[in-house]
Amino acid sequence: MRRILANPYAPAFALAVVVVMVPLLVPSPFYLRLATLVFINALVVVGLNLLMGYAGQISLGHAAFFAMGAYASAIGPAHLGLPTLASMLAGIVLTGVVAYGVGKPILRFKGYHLAVATLGLGVIVSIVITNEIAWTGGPDGMQVARLWIGSWRVSGVANWYWVAGITLIVAMLGAANLLSSPTGRALRAIHDSEVAAGVLGIDVARYKLLVFVISAIYAATAGAFLALFDGHVTPVTGGILRSIEFVAMAVLGGLGSILGSVLGAAVLVVLPQALTSFHEFEHAILGAILMVLMIALRRGVIPSLQSWLLRGAA
Amino acid sequence: MSAISVEHVSIRFGGLVALSDVSFDVPPGEIFALIGPNGAGKTTLFNVVSGVYACTDGRIRFNGKTITGALPHELARKGLTRTFQNLQIFFRMSAAENVMVGRHLHERRNPLLDFLGLPMVHRQNAESRKLAEELLDLVGLSGLGDQPAGELPYGVLKRLEIARALATRPSVIMLDEPVAGCNAVETAEIAHVIRKIAGSGMTVMLVEHDMGFVMTLADRIHVLNRGMTLAEGTPSEIRNNPAVIEAYLGTAKPGETSRAHG
Repeated sequence: MRRILANPYAPAFALAVVVVMVPLLVPSPFYLRLATLVFINALVVVGLNLLMGYAGQISLGHAAFFAMGAYASAIGPAHLGLPTLASMLAGIVLTGVVAYGVGKPILRFKGYHLAVATLGLGVIVSIVITNEIAWTGGPDGMQVARLWIGSWRVSGVANWYWVAGITLIVAMLGAANLLSSPTGRALRAIHDSEVAAGVLGIDVARYKLLVFVISAIYAATAGAFLALFDGHVTPVTGGILRSIEFVAMAVLGGLGSILGSVLGAAVLVVLPQALTSFHEFEHAILGAILMVLMIALRRGVIPSLQSWLLRGAA
Repeated sequence: MSAISVEHVSIRFGGLVALSDVSFDVPPGEIFALIGPNGAGKTTLFNVVSGVYACTDGRIRFNGKTITGALPHELARKGLTRTFQNLQIFFRMSAAENVMVGRHLHERRNPLLDFLGLPMVHRQNAESRKLAEELLDLVGLSGLGDQPAGELPYGVLKRLEIARALATRPSVIMLDEPVAGCNAVETAEIAHVIRKIAGSGMTVMLVEHDMGFVMTLADRIHVLNRGMTLAEGTPSEIRNNPAVIEAYLGTAKPGETSRAHG
C-alpha cells in the first residue's frame, strides 16, 4: 500500500484507467461532457498545484491565463484569419510570455501580498475582456471557430473527451516527472525555506518564475480547450470567481497532491450538477458540503485519506 | 590569500548598529570561530558574509574577489555555503532529498528534460541519491535517508544541515551553532566531522556558544561584543584575555578566571 501511494506515477495511471472506463460505464453524452469539463478544470488545477502546493506561491489570478488561452483561440481565426490550431498554440506561448512579464515583478511578494497582486492581474484581464468589445465581443462573448488538426475536425464531446483526457494524463505525468527531478526538488525546497534554498545555490527568483510560467501554460491550454469545446467564450470564462474556484479545487483535493487536483476539480464540477434538484438552495448546500469536507479532511481530501490509509496499514 | 576577508564591515538596522567596523581574515583550511555574548552580532555577521543581509559599509572578499552584495545563490556557486542557527530544514522532504537539494549546482537541471522524465534524469537522481547517502554516512546518519525530515529529532537535523551544506562541495562552510541542543555524544561526532572536513582543505567558519567545543576545535577565535571586535587570537590567548573574560562574566576577580573557563 505504502509503495502504491508513494509512486509518483500512480495518479496518472489511475486517471488513465478512469478515462478508459467512463465511456464504457456511462456512455451518455451528458456524462462524457461532464467528464470533459472535469479534465479541463483539472488541467488548470494540476498546474496551480505545482505553483501553490509544491512551490508554496499563491495565485488568485489564474483565470486570467485560462481566459488568455480561450480568447486567443477565438480571436486568431475571427479577427486575424489564422488557423485555429496556430492561434491556440500562439495563445499558449503568448500566455507564457505574459506570465513571465507579470511574474517577474510580483513574485518578489509573499503570502497575502502575492495573493492581492495576482488578484489584480485577474481584475485587469477581466476588465479588458469585457470592454474591448471590438476584439472580444464584450459581455456577450464571441463564437469560436472549430479546431482542425490536418483533416481531423476536432468537435463534439466524443472527440474532446479524449483530447482533454489524454492531455490531462500527459500533464500529470509531466508534473510527476518534474517533481522527482532537480527542478522539482528546487521548487519544494523554496516552499520550506527560501533562505536555505538560496545558500545551496538555488536561484529562488528564477525557479518561482519558472513554475509560475509552467502553471500559466497549463491554464492557457485548458482555457483554449474549453473555448474550442464549447464553441463560444464569455467574460465569465476568465472572471475572478473562476480564479477562486481553481484555488478551491486545489485546496479541497489537497495541496501538494496531483491526484487531489483532479479530485478537487471533479468535486467542484460534478457537485453543482448533482445538486441542481435543490433549486435555489443549490449554492448553499454546495457551500455547506465544502465546509464539512474541509473541516473533516483539513489537509485536503487526498492527503488526509493517504495518511489515514498509511496509519491503517502500519 | 585569505579564503574570507571581512574589511571594516558595518551594518545598521534603522538606528541600531548591529555591526561596527569589524575586520578579520580567515586563511584557507582554517577552523575559525566567532564567539561573543548573546546579541554580539555573530549571526548578523554570518548573514552578511553569506549574502543573506547586505552590509551598510565595508567590503567582503572571497578568495581575493569582492563579494559584497552578492546573493546567497551566487555565493554558493562560488563555493561558499552555510547552515543555520534556527534550523532551515526542508521539512516536507526526506532526509536524503534534503541532501540531494544540496547537489543542485552539480546536477544537470534543464526544466524541459526534467518535465519529460528522460532516463538521464533518473540516472542522475540515482547518482545524487547515492552521494546523499555517502554524506549522511559521513555525518553519522546512516540509514535515515528515507525518513521524512519533519519527523527527525533536533540533533539529527543539525547534522542533516551539515550534510546538505557539504553536498554543495563548498570551499568555505559556515556553521551557525552546529552543536546547539546536541548531547555530548552528538557534539563529539560533529567535532569529528568538522575536523575531517577541515583536514580535507575546506575552510570552516563557526559560531558556537559551547566553549569547550570551540576551544578544542578552533585554530583561531574572533570575539565580538555589542557589534564590535573585542579580541582575536588562538584559543589559549582568548581564554586568558581579560577583556573577553569581562565581557562574558562581568568584572571578575583575578582568582576566579581560571575556574570560569575550566
